[in-house]
Amino acid sequence: MSTVMNTGFLPLELLRIIFALICAIVIVFGNAVVMGYLERKLAGRFQRRPGPMEVGWHGILQLAVDGVKLVGKQLIIPKQTDRVLYRLAPIISFAPAIMPMVVIPFAPKLQGRDFDIGLIFILAVVAINVLAILIAGWSSNNKYSLLGAMRSVAQNVAYEIPMLLTLLSVILVTGTFSLRGIVEAQSGGAWFIFFMPVAFLIFFAATLAETNRAPFDLPEAESELTAGFMTEFSGMGFSLFFMAEYTYMFIACSLTVILFLGGWSGPPLPYGEYTSALWFFAKVYALLLTMIWIRWTFPRVRFDQLLNFCWKYLVPFSLVHLLVTAVVLKL
Amino acid sequence: MTLYRYLAEGMFFGFIVLIMFGGMLTVWSRLLMHAVLGLAVVFIGVAGLFFHLGSPFMAMMQVLIYVGAVCVMLVFGIMVGHSPTQVDRLRWSGNNFLLASGTCIAGFVLLTATLIRTQWTAAAQRVGDFSMQHLGEAFLHQFVLAFELISVVLLIAILGAIIIARPPQESDPS
Repeated sequence: MSTVMNTGFLPLELLRIIFALICAIVIVFGNAVVMGYLERKLAGRFQRRPGPMEVGWHGILQLAVDGVKLVGKQLIIPKQTDRVLYRLAPIISFAPAIMPMVVIPFAPKLQGRDFDIGLIFILAVVAINVLAILIAGWSSNNKYSLLGAMRSVAQNVAYEIPMLLTLLSVILVTGTFSLRGIVEAQSGGAWFIFFMPVAFLIFFAATLAETNRAPFDLPEAESELTAGFMTEFSGMGFSLFFMAEYTYMFIACSLTVILFLGGWSGPPLPYGEYTSALWFFAKVYALLLTMIWIRWTFPRVRFDQLLNFCWKYLVPFSLVHLLVTAVVLKL
Repeated sequence: MTLYRYLAEGMFFGFIVLIMFGGMLTVWSRLLMHAVLGLAVVFIGVAGLFFHLGSPFMAMMQVLIYVGAVCVMLVFGIMVGHSPTQVDRLRWSGNNFLLASGTCIAGFVLLTATLIRTQWTAAAQRVGDFSMQHLGEAFLHQFVLAFELISVVLLIAILGAIIIARPPQESDPS
């Protein structure tokens, strides 16, 4: 295999990177389709209605039809907007969402590139999304968009603190930022969720807020702000934001799985170096389904409740947790 | 190997073009928001240069702190008070002109002097040790002064955001 591909013009390593990028894009779009269907179907079921039923068996092709419709729609640019930024905002939101896929270890041999500081890489790349939401809200020149964007930033900045603090507790134990290293530190069923369940809960709550999911979906609260920062967007602009949101959910759940649920580890499978990715995806989608379940079960919180919950409960708890972890490690 | 070299060199010049473009956008744009976003482009370009020079940790920190924190703060400050239709007029006179050119010349002289005077040595082989222990010792032992100075940068960024976002009535009698 390697002799065929080692042509000198395209080195193997380069081919590997290109292949990893293609896989990353496939995962991003595949995840958006699966999540879009699951969300609509489950939302329907939770509300005692069937959800999409018309296109294909139990509406399974609904997302393909929706995709064609969104691609075909006219891109409407309102008059008073900042035209360049208005067009750029969905792209700035969506593009960084693809990059973390390259460093996420799906299985021992299914990883685009193992990065010493993979965790920081993901955090840095995902931070650009906040800027994209701000640009989207501001360039629309619409008060709902502006309010949505401002809420999003306040929420993201606040919830980043407990998220990073709990993350730091895990890093204290493993002593590495490499995602693969963190997964390998939990091999043999010694998942961190068993040692620090509080950190897992705090981290999961913080990721819910970071990805703007209900009950913390105030940036796009339908009943108050029509659609928040994406009110003015139509067609592909809107759907890029939509896909970006699902991808960030996927990334957040992948991080949770890597940090607390042992990554790819699970009962051994044949060709485990590749197929154990099934365990990884099973855990990620279990978490994603929990996110959907939470969204359609709990009502949206008020903004003061949201910030109080973060500053009065999550931040102190995660600080104490970090302290306890450090003390236990020193003992 | 040659393909890698070409790609790497191409990336290097790509990042330089990106930095120049962002810088020009920052200086010439009449909309405050565009200026700040130009600054974000510069930061991303600089992060790319760090990456190219084999220092991914610096690159990530550049993106995390400057794009993810400083720029978001600035944009947040600006978006409250300025709308996309509100284009600033040029204030290219008096105090502003003197201050700006003074800062530019001082910065240029300082940078050039440092460039000429420094005895450049090739960077050591990449350490490749990103463990908590190593990073902690580096930050709080070896480079503690730089580490503390960074927090001053963040403080100044927040102050700058407040000054920029403040409505102009107080300084402008008209």
